[in-house]
Amino acid sequence: MLFRILDKQEFHSLVDLMLESTEVIGPKKIGGAVDGRPIHQYLPLFNFHELDLEYETTEIPAKSYFLPYLENLSTWRFTDDDWSQEIAYRLHPRVILGLHACDINALLKLDKVMTREFFPNPYYISRRKNSFIIGVDHHPCRGGFCRSLGTDTVERGFDLFLTDLGDRYFVAIDSERGFTMLHLVTVRQVTQRDTDDYLAARQEIASGFGPTLELKQLPRVLDLQFDSEVWRRWGAKCLSCGSCAAVCPTCYCYGVSESVAMDFTRGAKVKQLYSCNLPDFAQVAGGHDFRPERETRLRYRYYHQHRGFLEQYDEPKCVGCGRCGRSCLAGINPPEVIGDLLAAEESS
Amino acid sequence: MSAPFLHPFDITREEPLCAPLDYNLKSQLKDVDRCFKGEITAAARLTRDVKLFHVRLVAPEERQRFSFHPGQFVMVELPGFGEVPISICGAQQGFIELCIREAGNVTAMIHRAGIGAKVGIRGPFGTYFPMERMKGHRILLIAGGLGMAPLRAPIMHVTENRSDYGEVRLLYGSTEPGQLLFDYQYEQWRRVDGITISLIVDHPDAAWRGAVGTVTKLLEEITFPLDDSYAIVCGPPVMFKFVCSELSSMGMPRDRMFVSLERRMQCGMGKCCRCNVGSTYVCMDGPVFDFWTVMNLKEAI
Repeated sequence: MLFRILDKQEFHSLVDLMLESTEVIGPKKIGGAVDGRPIHQYLPLFNFHELDLEYETTEIPAKSYFLPYLENLSTWRFTDDDWSQEIAYRLHPRVILGLHACDINALLKLDKVMTREFFPNPYYISRRKNSFIIGVDHHPCRGGFCRSLGTDTVERGFDLFLTDLGDRYFVAIDSERGFTMLHLVTVRQVTQRDTDDYLAARQEIASGFGPTLELKQLPRVLDLQFDSEVWRRWGAKCLSCGSCAAVCPTCYCYGVSESVAMDFTRGAKVKQLYSCNLPDFAQVAGGHDFRPERETRLRYRYYHQHRGFLEQYDEPKCVGCGRCGRSCLAGINPPEVIGDLLAAEESS
Repeated sequence: MSAPFLHPFDITREEPLCAPLDYNLKSQLKDVDRCFKGEITAAARLTRDVKLFHVRLVAPEERQRFSFHPGQFVMVELPGFGEVPISICGAQQGFIELCIREAGNVTAMIHRAGIGAKVGIRGPFGTYFPMERMKGHRILLIAGGLGMAPLRAPIMHVTENRSDYGEVRLLYGSTEPGQLLFDYQYEQWRRVDGITISLIVDHPDAAWRGAVGTVTKLLEEITFPLDDSYAIVCGPPVMFKFVCSELSSMGMPRDRMFVSLERRMQCGMGKCCRCNVGSTYVCMDGPVFDFWTVMNLKEAI
């Protein structure tokens, strides 16, 4: 990987340059929570000062720019006794600025599902390839447990990755277009002092993490504790609202619905992101439901995150961003659920 | 306006995407939501709530390219209404045979669609019964209820390649005589193709002279050793659970029995997760599984 040093003034010029010519999405402060903490969201930026790279985290991940909550899969045109199908993909380039390591890791996991599987998903690929990703290092956030899952650092999946060294950024470059873009402004080579500062900054970030969960045994424990009382206890709290999947940066499941325009000339096939916690997720024709209880759906969610996905793609689906725990109305928090499960296994 | 440094990446110019669509040719980028247009050329009522449809792909080159393995399914699209997964119960002379039960909104609408209506077909998707591996062996074909629909494709395959297989037994159980599917073909399968057919119903009517009970009862007739035979079991989960445990107690290895699972897929391509059982996509790793795999899947049945 190549590295360069970008002065903050030059970074400002680079963002201005991007704003002039393309859509730029970045973390923007949109309000404050009751406890006074700012709330941020990835939104289109109009000037440099809207960008707040010091943000702790966002409630909603950048997933929606790759897997929109609603997406048109095809449009139907009806004539008297026939129809035709139209399919379009999003082709406009854009810059997504300020993603944290967990969110870039989430994209890498989605890449595995959407680009490397037997049926590559062209809707996703066209969005992914048209997104220029600039990541940024940050201090550990509240409720995040990324370090337990090894997603607190990222090596691939971005074009540029920034580490703040006070008056300048240490930039990791992972693509040709990233290199080209960076050289539109003045950058300089890395000196020994920069490297030392960078390592110190990384060290400081790493020391900010609390204790980690030991998750090596988790897939096996999930099998062994399949009928555990832990699921009944947490399942009884679950409201089946699906918030956890909506804010999850790696949840990709969906449902399809179709509609017809009032004048019967057109119709649309629309995909809507779904959640395995919603009551009708596993229902089949005729009304049979494979997961009718809240606890079985909640268990399935953990099972898919830490066991099922691992079996298919050799890594857990969870990136430990902690968004689901923060957004859960019933206070269901993955580190606690997993902790209970591991404890149940030890005591049994 | 696009930046001098960010060129739009036009996915539709990707080479594979321009290639003709073939769902059995995986690992290629393509218009995966594009469906083949098919015309309903025949719609026959088989039972009270099941109809058999013949769907002919409209474009001749698509018709030529379409091939499937017994056990695979297609997504049947009714533009403006929805899409449902339906197992293929046969294909010949350029049309696909689909046996569809009226069970929900989309299937009810398909039932209302008459001859000449145009539907969309995506597929075929999924795994299939290993007919190659079964060559030279005895085969037990066991169906319960609507399970006859996915089972008919392997039956047709056997009748078309009859000399490749040893003794073939068909055991079919249904709730009542009027619910037996494809009853007009039994005579031919029996007399021409030499398939031994045993039927059983739960609730006989006055005219019924056959056996009464569930399909597991028919297994008592099996006297030959099962360790070198294969079985295909299609039907509701509760039925194949009983049948498969009975078969394994009779000496058949669990990885020689094949079952077909049913889920409400919305994509068929391992993306929507709706058919996910634990770690497995029924649409891609299934719908055909051997029973050993099913036993290892949590919440599969």
